[in-house]
Amino acid sequence: MIKVIREPLIFEISSPGKTALRLPELDVPETKDILAEVPIRQDIEGFPEVSETEVTRHFTRLSQMNYCVDFGFYPLGSCTMKYNPKINEKIACMTAFTSGHPLVPEGLAQGNLELMKTLEKLLCEITGLEAVSLHPAAGAHGELLGMMLIRAYHTACGNPRKYVLIPDSAHGTNPSSAHICGYIVKEIKSNEKGTVSVEDLAREMTEEVAALMLTNPNTLGVFESDICQIADIVHAKGGFVYMDGANLNALAGIARPGDMKVDVLHLNLHKTFSTPHGGGGPGSGPVAVNKTLEPYLPVPVIVEKDGWYYLDYNRPHSIGRIKSFYGHFLVMLKALAYILTLGPEGIREMAEVAVLNSNYIRKSLEGIYHLKYDSPTLHECVFSDKYQKEYGVSNLDISKRLLDYGLHPPTMSFPLIVPGALMIEPTETESRRDLDLFIEAMKAIDREARENPDLLKQAPHLTYVRRLDEVQAARNPILKWEKKE
Amino acid sequence: MSYIPISEKDKKEMLERIGVDSVEELFCCIPEPIRFRGKLNLPGPLSEPEILEYFEARARKNSFDRYLSFLGGGAYDHFIPAVVDFLSSRGEFVSPYTPYQPEVSQGTLQVIFEFQTLICQLTGLDIANASLYDGATGAAEAVLMAYRVKNKKRLLVASSLNPQYRQVINAYTKNLGLEVVEIPYDEKGQLDLKGLESAFNAETSVLLCQSPNYFGVIEDLKNLADLAHRHEALLAVVISEPISLGLLEAPGQLGADIVTGEAQSFGIPLSYGGPYLGFMACKKEFVRQLPGRIAGQTVDAEGRRGFVLTLSTREQHIRREKATSNICTNQAHCALRATIYLETLGRVGLKKLAWLNLQKAAYALNRFTSIPGVSRKFGGPVFNEFVLEFPVPWETLSRKLEEKGILGGIALGSDYPGLERCALITVTEKHSREKIDRYAEVLQEVLR
Repeated sequence: MIKVIREPLIFEISSPGKTALRLPELDVPETKDILAEVPIRQDIEGFPEVSETEVTRHFTRLSQMNYCVDFGFYPLGSCTMKYNPKINEKIACMTAFTSGHPLVPEGLAQGNLELMKTLEKLLCEITGLEAVSLHPAAGAHGELLGMMLIRAYHTACGNPRKYVLIPDSAHGTNPSSAHICGYIVKEIKSNEKGTVSVEDLAREMTEEVAALMLTNPNTLGVFESDICQIADIVHAKGGFVYMDGANLNALAGIARPGDMKVDVLHLNLHKTFSTPHGGGGPGSGPVAVNKTLEPYLPVPVIVEKDGWYYLDYNRPHSIGRIKSFYGHFLVMLKALAYILTLGPEGIREMAEVAVLNSNYIRKSLEGIYHLKYDSPTLHECVFSDKYQKEYGVSNLDISKRLLDYGLHPPTMSFPLIVPGALMIEPTETESRRDLDLFIEAMKAIDREARENPDLLKQAPHLTYVRRLDEVQAARNPILKWEKKE
Repeated sequence: MSYIPISEKDKKEMLERIGVDSVEELFCCIPEPIRFRGKLNLPGPLSEPEILEYFEARARKNSFDRYLSFLGGGAYDHFIPAVVDFLSSRGEFVSPYTPYQPEVSQGTLQVIFEFQTLICQLTGLDIANASLYDGATGAAEAVLMAYRVKNKKRLLVASSLNPQYRQVINAYTKNLGLEVVEIPYDEKGQLDLKGLESAFNAETSVLLCQSPNYFGVIEDLKNLADLAHRHEALLAVVISEPISLGLLEAPGQLGADIVTGEAQSFGIPLSYGGPYLGFMACKKEFVRQLPGRIAGQTVDAEGRRGFVLTLSTREQHIRREKATSNICTNQAHCALRATIYLETLGRVGLKKLAWLNLQKAAYALNRFTSIPGVSRKFGGPVFNEFVLEFPVPWETLSRKLEEKGILGGIALGSDYPGLERCALITVTEKHSREKIDRYAEVLQEVLR
């Protein structure tokens, strides 16, 4: 696409009277004055009026301004930007799956219910836990559900407890989810290996602590090797171990959270199980639990009896509902198709190659970029801009320069324990050629940082727009189009 | 098939560079006792044709497509123009992440900006976010937002709000020590104003109601806004059938402070309940309390217009436990579908579509209530849904209708004691006269 073409907002190309859809004429007698007593709008001020050609070109051009996994390497750490298989999309578009109203009688939707129950069972097997709820819409929603289940259990025991412990390396949703479930967050410091300090945990863990939220492998890509000891400390005081499963791509088929004494975890179907991110959703964040927490799962629960599937609402201990209906059904189908395609060996190989690719990048860039923690890493590694900072170049500049190389940058916003972080997660679906392109680009950018730092500070140079002024956007918010007077 | 483009030769050379002999060594940080050494008990691997066959076999176990359906109640069967599926399925829209790198995400960001604009135009409010999970979580986020704005713990929630939404509000608020008070409905199906007046007190943050409500009845929002504001509370309005906004006055114009809801009607298939699309809009002065992502306009280094995610100091990745919400991943791709849908219909199309829904529902209501024994339960004005009362329990009647190939409506008895003989019936532009007449004829027959 030619970069000089600017695509206006749809409102700017609108002109009165146009529509891109011809609707049928009314085929029943018109009833007059139906809404006589109700305020009716005269107009939808500013609403666009365009033809189908214009709509099609508008969105086609907009699409071409996006970088995406189908285009190239997308190593956003903790986001698991793996390839999205096309057969999964085809399945999720089948009319038999897209056209069902959620409140049709169960007997008419046995296919849907069977597929959901099958996915639940497979996720139980992969996680080593007892039951799964497919309700949560995304990872953070799963975290919230996990916290609700824990709180419901403690409340039933007479004391909901006050605190949730979270390591300082955690993603921001962890403390936020605990907070909106009514808990006070206490931060656990990481040790020199980048993992949870067992001593610190033992000191903080009391009978007023409801749970520990732990990401494993953590956001540094480091496996919490003391996980069983950690779990014992938490359990000894009657607390629960909540695992954030965002990084399950490193473990599937290799080790199971249930075997690590984890009580509850959420999975991200849009990470580990290949469903597309869609520019920011929809995701799906199923929650897996052990027997203790199962009675508290949200309603309805899918039950299978003699080959018949039904929705069980009669769950006296349930926390209730966390969203409408049963979760993101179409996303579930894609994840199920993915698991069936891979099979047991394929799932393990997925984790193995994800870890291989990550270590290949780590080894190739060690010494060129600073590695704050030198613990072994699994599916991702976190460098920093410490060496390049000497030339006045930040992780932001490095990232923006990567765009000029036609590559998507790593995650920069966390973990907070690594200032100037460059969190790289290649996933298993990248070829060696793509990995090498990235490695060579990172090396070239390091050279540029030393020789011509301004080139980086002004980057990107080759994108559709140059570096955007985010400060101005926040200071003078323009959050919608408005008609010029 | 594992979608892995690494050959055995690659693997060997990569291991050499890493300096280990096997992939197994890379996992040495996982203690042996917790290694999984067995084989996962999973089916597969299946080939692509086998996968397709597997899902086709399950698809055949669904039989709802053989029925004529009048189900709605928060999930609506509207026509979806071909451009919506075609354009939204482009890989450039399907496979990117959240637009954290705005310079290579202008497509997604401009779509969000246009979506926010469309939602503001429809709701009559100043600011809209990039989306929420669905209408139910939108309702929960709305009461939490009102609580942050007012810092008062009493929340008034209409009992005519979709029962699922009320359950979600309860699950979200019960851990925060908030008091949820349900406001009953009157014989017209609207909020009972007498009860409402006395429910307000000095500790009340918000009145949240749905319009058209779960019974399909349009609320008197102007009056409710005045009442809420008189008691120093906010009015939050839930819209679960936003096609109605093509005809009805924008809630913001009538005084609503927050409008949230479900935009599944805008080009998103029924999909057995998800993914759908929550939206939220509010008055300008509450923007710092709005949950979720927001796109804003700015300029690049050369002064050209561009879009970025903004006001992120409200969000979890900056504020952690002090964020306005824990939401991170939202429903961006569903918001894209809604944007394409609304821009395809445009001003003329949306108004006409709303009118078609209104007219067909009015015809159906008229047709059904002319059947002996069938009456309209609530007298309040309706858009495309209404509640009918029958001489027999709906449970019995709906089974008979099902035998005749009709999914006649949604039962109300389990959520509303006393409405066991009632059902919620939805009519959209997809119901031709012939379909409505067929339902009426079958209804007459089974009631005879």
